[in-house]
Amino acid sequence: MYKIILATRYLLKRRTTYFAVLAVALSVFVVVVVMTVMAGLVNEFKEKNHRFAGDCVVGTESLVGFAYYEDFVKLMEQQDFVEAVSPAIKSFALKRRRGSDQDGVVEIMGIDPVRHSQATGFGDTLYYHKDDVSKTFEIAYDANLVGCVLGDFLLLQDTNSRNLSEISLPRIAYSISCFPLTARGALAQAGTDMVNTKTFYYSDQSSTGLPRIDGSLVYLPFEQAQLLCGMAGSNKRASRLHIRFKPGVKIQAGREKVRSLWQKFKQDKAGEIQAYTLDTVTVQSWKQYRRSSIAPMENEQTEMSVMFGFVGITTVFIVLVVFYMIISHKSKDIGILKSIGVSNIDIIELFSGYAFLVGILGSGFGLLAGWVFLLKINPIEDWLFEHFGFQLWDRTIYAIGDIPNQVEFKILAIIVVSAIAACLVGALIPSLQAARQKPVETLQVGQL
Amino acid sequence: MSKDDFILKAEGLHKSYRMGATEVRVLKGVNLNIKKGEFVAIIGASGSGKSTLLHILGALDKPTKGVVKFEQRDLSRFRAGELNRFRNRMVGFVFQFYHLLDELSVLENVFLPTMTGKSIIGWFACRRQAKNRAKELLAQMGLTERIKHKPYQLSGGERQRVAIGRALMNEPRLLLADEPTGNLDSATGNGILDVLETLNRAGQTIVMVTHDERIAQRAGRTVTLVDGKIEHKNSNNL
Repeated sequence: MYKIILATRYLLKRRTTYFAVLAVALSVFVVVVVMTVMAGLVNEFKEKNHRFAGDCVVGTESLVGFAYYEDFVKLMEQQDFVEAVSPAIKSFALKRRRGSDQDGVVEIMGIDPVRHSQATGFGDTLYYHKDDVSKTFEIAYDANLVGCVLGDFLLLQDTNSRNLSEISLPRIAYSISCFPLTARGALAQAGTDMVNTKTFYYSDQSSTGLPRIDGSLVYLPFEQAQLLCGMAGSNKRASRLHIRFKPGVKIQAGREKVRSLWQKFKQDKAGEIQAYTLDTVTVQSWKQYRRSSIAPMENEQTEMSVMFGFVGITTVFIVLVVFYMIISHKSKDIGILKSIGVSNIDIIELFSGYAFLVGILGSGFGLLAGWVFLLKINPIEDWLFEHFGFQLWDRTIYAIGDIPNQVEFKILAIIVVSAIAACLVGALIPSLQAARQKPVETLQVGQL
Repeated sequence: MSKDDFILKAEGLHKSYRMGATEVRVLKGVNLNIKKGEFVAIIGASGSGKSTLLHILGALDKPTKGVVKFEQRDLSRFRAGELNRFRNRMVGFVFQFYHLLDELSVLENVFLPTMTGKSIIGWFACRRQAKNRAKELLAQMGLTERIKHKPYQLSGGERQRVAIGRALMNEPRLLLADEPTGNLDSATGNGILDVLETLNRAGQTIVMVTHDERIAQRAGRTVTLVDGKIEHKNSNNL
């Protein structure tokens, strides 16, 4: 009991302690804010990638695509763990807006909007056709025209607009040109006809929140894209299949099932004429499929964690120095306590308890300050942007609406436990030193 | 005299310190017996080793050689935990510079030895009793009005009486006082000696260290320590 009383009194009375509390509070504040924002950004980014890709992707990076996909789609649709499958064509094309003399390179993605919305979050990214994705490629003013969906950043670049609300539904036409390839990868046509070109009309725009996607991708109707890329014909080909699992199916487990089904499917098709196109096909979870985008963000998060690990180490040293000073001033108390029968372990516990209180108090203040700052981080950033044009995170890179400020209990718990542990570690050496002090020396009884 | 009458026996105590390359011999074979209920003054000049002897008798320090027996039990055979319990329950220390904890009130300083000897649950079970005992002791010392004060708000004499109250809190068999009046004026010092005399008359065994012969005269027996050895023993007539 006396340890609690003395530790509390030391905490309240020793002004030096306030510096230790302040150091812990500042460290916790910085770590809470940065880790919360960073974790929010990474989680949001991952979630957007997940919505874009679906749960699992069976496909090839080859522009040739792979054959017999329809058979595999049928097989997948029979599986009880599969919710939806959407075949897609992916390739590169030249895009030219009508009235412009400039070509731009874009990625094209041929999809069936209904199936793709069932397998991925595509429908939710649309601006006009969220509620009726079947009409995504329909042109309201002329039913004979074929629509296309542009990524919103691409549309902004095309229209030289600063924001989408400035754009009224424009009657923009694009000519999309592709090099059709044979199943062997050769150009399907020769001479002046080597390029397939078709005109599409703007029918909607998509915002996935992934700048690279929204700045380069044009969605086309599946069959049209298949024709443009030379994947139509007797042996139709597709680039990939996006798969959504039924609720409750774990991604890894689902992917393993798909992988084993694919292996069997591939064996069954071994004798077919275009079986070789199946060799480059991989079965990936959404995370593997999007790893080139996600990995840099995760690395950044790890680097941040390491950097803030150093902040923790600094805190340990600050606490060590402060406790060293405090304990050197409290050597008389240590002698008194030992003269009335207090053990070495009790002395260690007393100063560890003291450090624990410093950790609790510092973490408490740090958490409170961090929480209040996070609550106000968006208004603060808005104010800075309005008055100084300063933005903490460039939206073209991070593609966030607001700075994420949802505090995660798990992160807070880890930070608080780490801060308290840092205090205990910082106080350990001074506490051990205090425990080793001899009472006759600490009572300064110099008389012999 | 029966050997049971001795509460403390020191046999052939030696104590030396190493100061650089030099060995300083402080005690050079001290033999001392303390009877139950005795009030013994150890007198000696500065540097004679009297405080060192007192610390060894109270198990605050260890002799280089020799044995201290408390109620026939050899202190050198005590384990660390037993020594802590010994210091907590069997002896009470009064120091020249009071050595009170400034963070605690007068009352808390007095019941501190009881609190340190108990677990949290044990303390909650006996705290009312302990607080009453501490209040009684402070009342005996004339400090009832000061129980909520902090030590730095008291005079030197008051602080020393608080220190005596703390030393007596666990009803120790032996009270060890190291120059208890050394930091006080003579009137206040006499008041402290009156308190010690009263305690001794009530049966408390006391060993007091002093350099002042007039103060030593207040004890029942005086032991003179010269150059690390007991030179002569004298029974004062009180």
